[in-house]
Amino acid sequence: MKPILEVKNLTMNFGGLKAIDNLDLFIDKGEIVALIGPNGAGKTTFFNCITGIYKPTDGDVNITRPDKEHNGKTQRINGLNPYIVTRKGLARTFQNIRLFSSMSVLENVMIGCHPVTKTGVLGAILRGKSTRAEEKFIAEKSYSILKKIGLEMYVNELAVNLPYGAQRRLEIARAMATDPFLLLLDEPAAGMNPKETQRLHDLILKIRDEEGISILLIEHDMKLVMSLSERIYVVDYGKKIGEGLPEDIRNNPVVIKAYLGEEVEINA
Amino acid sequence: MIVMDEIKKSCVATLWFIFLTFPIAVIKIDSINNTVKWRWLNMVYIGVGSFFLSMLWRYMIKKKEMGGQKEKKKKEAGFFYKISQNRKIFIPLCVLLGVFTILFPHIFSMYQTTIMISALIYVMLGLGLNIVVGLAGLLDLGYVAFFALGAYLYALLNMHYGVSFWVALPLGGMLAALFGLVLGYPVLKLRGDYLAIVTLGFGEIIRIISQNWDAVTFGPSGIANIPPPPFFGVKLSLQATSTYIFYIIVVLVIFTIFIINRLKDSRIGRAWVALKDDEIACQSMGIDKGKTKLTAFALGATWAGMAGVVFAAKTTFINPASFTIWESIIILCIVVLGGMGSIAGVISGALLLILLPEYLRAFAQYRMLAFASVLILMMIFRPNGMIENVRKIYKFKQ
Repeated sequence: MKPILEVKNLTMNFGGLKAIDNLDLFIDKGEIVALIGPNGAGKTTFFNCITGIYKPTDGDVNITRPDKEHNGKTQRINGLNPYIVTRKGLARTFQNIRLFSSMSVLENVMIGCHPVTKTGVLGAILRGKSTRAEEKFIAEKSYSILKKIGLEMYVNELAVNLPYGAQRRLEIARAMATDPFLLLLDEPAAGMNPKETQRLHDLILKIRDEEGISILLIEHDMKLVMSLSERIYVVDYGKKIGEGLPEDIRNNPVVIKAYLGEEVEINA
Repeated sequence: MIVMDEIKKSCVATLWFIFLTFPIAVIKIDSINNTVKWRWLNMVYIGVGSFFLSMLWRYMIKKKEMGGQKEKKKKEAGFFYKISQNRKIFIPLCVLLGVFTILFPHIFSMYQTTIMISALIYVMLGLGLNIVVGLAGLLDLGYVAFFALGAYLYALLNMHYGVSFWVALPLGGMLAALFGLVLGYPVLKLRGDYLAIVTLGFGEIIRIISQNWDAVTFGPSGIANIPPPPFFGVKLSLQATSTYIFYIIVVLVIFTIFIINRLKDSRIGRAWVALKDDEIACQSMGIDKGKTKLTAFALGATWAGMAGVVFAAKTTFINPASFTIWESIIILCIVVLGGMGSIAGVISGALLLILLPEYLRAFAQYRMLAFASVLILMMIFRPNGMIENVRKIYKFKQ
């Protein structure tokens, strides 16, 4: 079986700066994979390249959608518009929370249903049977997602009024509404307390196990990364410096060097 | 102690105002007799006036801050929403409003009816711009261009081909929508200030073309003798015509409200608001940014085009002077003052901004002063507009 996401020789240059340098990565169906690295290593840039916010300078981003309709067909998605990438089944969250601030929690998730619905201007004006059915479908689907994530008590609250941890989870809920096969989480645990992080840990596992959505996450909380992910990629200065199982990464000298710096002998 | 402090602050403000207004309000030079007249009484008026105003000002600010602490804001925002949800109050209210509207031209003079027509034209313009600015968050400073397009379309088609009002009305809307797309396409990547500048330019381009293309638009002298809407071939008196146009514009406004209300709570409307809130997140939710922006531009422009046709039929004369940047700004003020995105807000904003100056003709010189003060006061005390927009509330069985 082909990997659902396969990135080959991905390179992203900003002028003279190589933010991502020949990066390879793959994710199999049903995996939880983590992408770690020191600050400024190029992790978020990598997400932006995959989701179409940046157009990669070089390399390939290929997806193989695991659903029955597209089974086995591989598509190259780099350079596509972000909205098309989302429609193909890659949903993401943002490191700095980007919720729709003037909308309620439910509406935030309803926006996520945009790619799976199709009412147009005329349909909205006439508000016929199919439109009403679709509106009902959107609202109910969004509500059921909120219930799964455990945010149903905030339904009509404004998204910005939620506690921080809940906002992060709402971002995940919103992404799930787009019916993705791969969820890209950009530092989902940033700013959370240990209790919230534990809850997030359980939530991510639940999403993978119950919804069958594979997960690629960027995270700095090593405890979470080590307990959650099945494979880990480590990047530094845009280059891959390590990959493997959590235990291997923990003991990898190159990774330790990147994080903690090199041991220097001081000759007194 | 606090009271003393307040009085002290007000005294400082008063002294400052006296100092500022001293040269213009107190000193008067009589150039014939070469003498200086000292109008000390004016100084007293200004002193007392500014003292009380500054006290009032601080009191209001205090009250607002207290209100914020008690979350009073939340209740206020829900007031109109509650009325519109409570059918027992809302339906009789609508009926009352409807009866009043039907009787309006028969109770009041023709002058009043004419003023009301122009106010309702602005309601329509405000509602149209509300789609672009209030919902989709695209600052459009050239909105009047679409209004001009509609007006010129009717005037010219009627003059050359004898096209009737009823044919021109949808055509005006369509032409404006087309130009909305034409304007929207090149500015897809722009946002905020940059977009405002380009749309401002677009508004001016249309006005300058209409002013200088003598062969087609008859330049600054404009087009006269535009016929009012036909009424089953019957020639109506001047009074009856204005009544007739009044009813037409009322129906059009209701039509506009109906459609915008439906769009607002639809998939498209949500996409607009999402686009306004966060463009990048919006795209990451699978929303086609370009298409969404273009629909907002086109749908917003449609109403301006139709309003333009009605305007031409109402005034029977149009020239470029009716379509200056100033009109765009008034329409934008209507949307901002009334409440971005709120239909009830935009309607009351339009009525206030258009009717008030008409009824205060006596104070025409101070119009700008009043206008500016209202806007400044509103920005401080009601930053979200007179009637805040309330998003739909969904209910679910637990």
